[in-house]
Amino acid sequence: METPYAIEMLNITKRFPGIIANDNITLQLKKGEIHALLGENGAGKSTLMSVLFGLYQAEEGVIKKDGKEVKINDPNDANALGIGMVHQHFKLVQCFTVLQNIILGVETTKNGLLQMDEARKKVMELSEKYGLKVDPDAVIEDITVGMQQRTEILKMLYRDNEILIFDEPTAVLTPQEIEELMQIMKKLAKEGKSILFISHKLNEIMEVADRVTVLRRGKYIGTVNVADTTQEELSRMMVGRDVQLVVEKEPAKPGKVILNVEHMTVASKTHANNAVKDVSFQVREGEIVCIAGIDGNGQTELVYGISGLEPLVSGKIEVDGVDITKAPIRKRAAAVSHIPEDRHKHGMVLDYPLEYNMVLQEYYQPEFTSSIGFLKPKEIREYSEKLEKEYDVRSGQGAVTIARSMSGGNQQKAIIAREVDKEHKLLIAVQPVRGLDVGAIEFIHRQLIAERDAGKAVLLVSLELEEVMNVSDRILVMYEGEIVGELDPKTTTTEELGLYMAGAKRNVGKEA
Amino acid sequence: MNEKTGFFRKPAVQSLLGSLISILIGLLIGFVVLLLINPAGAGAAIRTILLNFMTKSSGPALMKALGNTLVKTSPLLMCALSVCFCYKVGLFNIGAAGQYEAGAGVALYCALGLHLNWFVCLVAGMLAGALLGAISGALKAYRSVNEVISGIMLNWITLYLVNTILTAPGIKDPTSPYTLTLSTTNPSAIIPSFGLSALFANNKTVTIAIPLAVLIAVAIWVILTKTKFGYELRATGFNKDAAKYAGMREKKNIIITLAIGGGLAGLGAGFLFLSGYMQWSVTQTSVPGMGFNGIAATFLGGLHPIGTIFSSFFIQNITDGGSLIDKAVYPSQISDLISAIIIYTCGFAAFFRQMMNAFIAKKADKNEPNANAVAEEGGKK
Repeated sequence: METPYAIEMLNITKRFPGIIANDNITLQLKKGEIHALLGENGAGKSTLMSVLFGLYQAEEGVIKKDGKEVKINDPNDANALGIGMVHQHFKLVQCFTVLQNIILGVETTKNGLLQMDEARKKVMELSEKYGLKVDPDAVIEDITVGMQQRTEILKMLYRDNEILIFDEPTAVLTPQEIEELMQIMKKLAKEGKSILFISHKLNEIMEVADRVTVLRRGKYIGTVNVADTTQEELSRMMVGRDVQLVVEKEPAKPGKVILNVEHMTVASKTHANNAVKDVSFQVREGEIVCIAGIDGNGQTELVYGISGLEPLVSGKIEVDGVDITKAPIRKRAAAVSHIPEDRHKHGMVLDYPLEYNMVLQEYYQPEFTSSIGFLKPKEIREYSEKLEKEYDVRSGQGAVTIARSMSGGNQQKAIIAREVDKEHKLLIAVQPVRGLDVGAIEFIHRQLIAERDAGKAVLLVSLELEEVMNVSDRILVMYEGEIVGELDPKTTTTEELGLYMAGAKRNVGKEA
Repeated sequence: MNEKTGFFRKPAVQSLLGSLISILIGLLIGFVVLLLINPAGAGAAIRTILLNFMTKSSGPALMKALGNTLVKTSPLLMCALSVCFCYKVGLFNIGAAGQYEAGAGVALYCALGLHLNWFVCLVAGMLAGALLGAISGALKAYRSVNEVISGIMLNWITLYLVNTILTAPGIKDPTSPYTLTLSTTNPSAIIPSFGLSALFANNKTVTIAIPLAVLIAVAIWVILTKTKFGYELRATGFNKDAAKYAGMREKKNIIITLAIGGGLAGLGAGFLFLSGYMQWSVTQTSVPGMGFNGIAATFLGGLHPIGTIFSSFFIQNITDGGSLIDKAVYPSQISDLISAIIIYTCGFAAFFRQMMNAFIAKKADKNEPNANAVAEEGGKK
């Protein structure tokens, strides 16, 4: 009996202690279709894909390949069944060439020697067939993120994978690169590959997918044809209520200057060149200034310089008229709140319980530490529970939950709760919605605007164009360590922003 | 989830089980070695090792032997606490041995050379250990020198430095390689007993050092879990980037941690040498095992300050028990060998915990599909 489905995951249930990550979920991927998997953070998308990849074993349900029941015990089984995945964070060897990365693990050898010519031929054929432009001899660390992603796709094709999983593939790309990827995905589907597209970006799903399966809090909500649905309906399915896709906000009423950065230069950790070069700008109270740019153009180091994580090479930073250029981090924290880019590296002590993370910036204050240096467990617990309630931070066991076991969205909410609740004049938010779903994004954006309306200065660093355009009152574009453009989100377009981000245009500093 | 797996998932239960498994395996290997050498006496020998002081025939002799074991347990416990404390902050204090040497050297110098009283000697020994720890800490914080490397090198430097200092006339016994006894040279340097020795059949070496060591273990536990200082230290150990982000001075914390660790080890040496139980041999050419045994005791104690109280006693107990084996049947080194094997496997306590976790997870995974299969069958009917 011929089945139209390449892969079927039927009635999958996967439990973890205290939580049902997948509750009777069914996902049927037709041959040659692009099937989007949509869901909030913690909805169970990753768990479902881990089950498909053999990283977890489902307690209930079956997986069928071409109609036949299969058992996937580990990723090798998944590979043998032709299932490949492009991870959100690429799995490439930085100092290897594109070609070396593609054949890694499936090298053709003769008498123990590599047969690179055959491999090269196959890679070039695939590259041409699907329009995946790569330079096979370029070293990964030298090429663009887009080309790295194409390398990942070629890796799957080289292994003759029939089922391709893309995990949030557009998060790291420029608008132009996203457009290209969409074309590639369509082409792959036309050639008979079946694609699972994990995303929370509704416009991308609308553009590229044929069908979409929606999960919500571990439950299966439904599968719909993209042609028969709207973004509004999808977001309602995903969140379970109406969501405002466009952030509503009053015009900004900027007041006095809070953050004043003059000629700031910050060294780079990775190369001899400075990561931030002679940057000057201001953020006023009551406005959201957004630093836009493609990842790796000095945004990270800019924030490190302001927050004190890295020393400046030269320049001056003032917050509310006070020079903090050389102030230690704790002194800065009195006026600056910082939602860090990497919530696992900086934002949280993952092995600490949630309540300890909630007081990470204030544990030493008399509210939480007695005069002889003992922590006040009762006060810490109460404070944590208050924040959990106010900011809807969900966790398995409440305040004592080890932070590591919480979902990314809830970890981020906890950080935001901590940083917003504490005393501050300036809020720095670096990619605050990275990897989060529509519901959480809406919540966080509302928080940022509320901060602004409460008279705080907000410095937002974002790689997501939609966020840049929707949330900010003023856009500064960073390119290769410099601010190359100042734009007004009301009058500019995504395309124009893209040109600035790619370094093709500038209106600040040197004349173009 | 069924209750049984829940019970075995408790960290405390796992720690205890991991330690017990290590001990069992160590005893088993030790027993096999004894069997290989001479099968006839193996059973009695392993019994002697385990029972140690309890093999004594009379009550007073038993208490006296227990006292001796406890006297040596207190420095071991201090070294274990030193390693444990640093480990919580993500530092591996293999330099505890050197810090212990420094403590011994300075305490004895103060007692024999300067004729100071016990309290001053004890504090001086502690400070010497702390200074050595701080050197490792400063090297780590400002020059990124791994504390294991600097610790091992300092162990040897300190050993010979202490040997040299304690060779001075008036400190070393001119007729033997040992330092002079405190009881003849400076009795005021002996840690007081406050009647404690009476409980142990008048064992004069039983001093308040023993209860003090236990109290310090409790204090370390309190500091690590209940204070702001402990909060910072553990945060630094878990994630030093987040600690930096939160404005903690991680460099300062590294130095303070190793200084405290060094102080604990130095204090441990003071506890032993200022009890008058033994003298320092200025001709020794190997780093004393106390610091290294402290590492074993830490892991066997589940990296918990309270756990190390029991593990330190256990390790000291088998070490002493080993020395009581019938020397007519087994060569005299056998006691060291057997206790070394057990201490060695103790180091695997953490590994056994991990294995156990994996096993439980696997079992849980296997059990549940079965249950589901049954449920499905039922459903079909």
